[in-house]
Amino acid sequence: MSAISETETGAHADSPWAPIIFDALQQANVRQVSYVPDAGHARLIRMCSAAENMKSIVLTTEEEGIALCTGAWLGGERSALLMQSSGVGNCINMLSLLASCRVPFLTIVTMRGEFQEFNPWQVSMGRATPAALEIMGVTTIRIDRLEDLAPMMASAATMAFESDQPIAILLSQSMLGAKKWLK
Amino acid sequence: MAEVNRLHRRQAVADLLADRKDMLIVTGLGSPTYDVFAAGDHPGNFYLWGAMGGAALTGLGLALAQPERPVTVVTGDGEQLMGIGGLATIGVQRPNNLSIVVLDNGHYGETGGQMSHAGAGINLAEMARVCGFTECFEVTDEAGIARAREAIGTIGEGPRLIVIRIVHEETPRALPARDGVWLKARMREHLGFGPN
Repeated sequence: MSAISETETGAHADSPWAPIIFDALQQANVRQVSYVPDAGHARLIRMCSAAENMKSIVLTTEEEGIALCTGAWLGGERSALLMQSSGVGNCINMLSLLASCRVPFLTIVTMRGEFQEFNPWQVSMGRATPAALEIMGVTTIRIDRLEDLAPMMASAATMAFESDQPIAILLSQSMLGAKKWLK
Repeated sequence: MAEVNRLHRRQAVADLLADRKDMLIVTGLGSPTYDVFAAGDHPGNFYLWGAMGGAALTGLGLALAQPERPVTVVTGDGEQLMGIGGLATIGVQRPNNLSIVVLDNGHYGETGGQMSHAGAGINLAEMARVCGFTECFEVTDEAGIARAREAIGTIGEGPRLIVIRIVHEETPRALPARDGVWLKARMREHLGFGPN
């Protein structure tokens, strides 16, 4: 497993967005971080897993993170979900839980299927990702430039946890850097 | 197989929850929601009316946030099957205060009584065991209910999954509040938190 993840993180070796997101999650007192791994999230997942005041929860499918977030909030803890754009499609029905119960929700989505995408199988869901979130009532905030990330993460956390809104931060593939096809 | 499904769901759930103390309960949509409500409404109950497949993971988030309290998920075989991967997720976290109770009649009771995978012989207790749950057993009689009641009321070694084999039958509807915002706020208030 480690060999694969090292290969996949090659394109995102320094991932400068990771500490920015991590700091925002800490600032917002997020205590449960769930994820389905993505190369673009690899550094952030490592940081969250190493943080003693965070529980990191690996999921088998992204919709689990919606339910987990709801349970965490019932119990007084804030939660965030890390996923790739392809995982958004797995969440559709479960997102109704957030609307039905008005549960704060913050997800950070790494985009695939756009800038320099080499894999045509990623394009369909990548293209549908913002609309899929929005039709289920989730506000999307797309980040194309790294300098926008810190203020937008802070804003997203406020919108989510103070205004009870479901918020998705979409990290564009052009900002992340396209995944390298390593042979 | 049919002969082990002797317990009646309403009585089984009422007996299971008779001594709940400070337990928190999440219910899976459909009959388990009605059964738990019929056993006695409580601010520590969170009833799902949708989000099929999400009961166990809602319970996990709650159990991780409230590690001192026993958390019990009461759901059906079909609901748990839809969220079957969640057993692996829970098995990795190993919360010692989370119990999943599956009311297993082997059928999708809300939708016309079609046979479920559990009804076809897929064993949910065994699936939980291989996912790292530390206590997994099936209940087919009143003595088993008593064992389950004692287990779910305590902090254990790790997560539990208990299958209660019940009769496939119609029961009178007992419908709790459907307003999810209210149910959420009620649970949070019960635990000492504001609505947001």
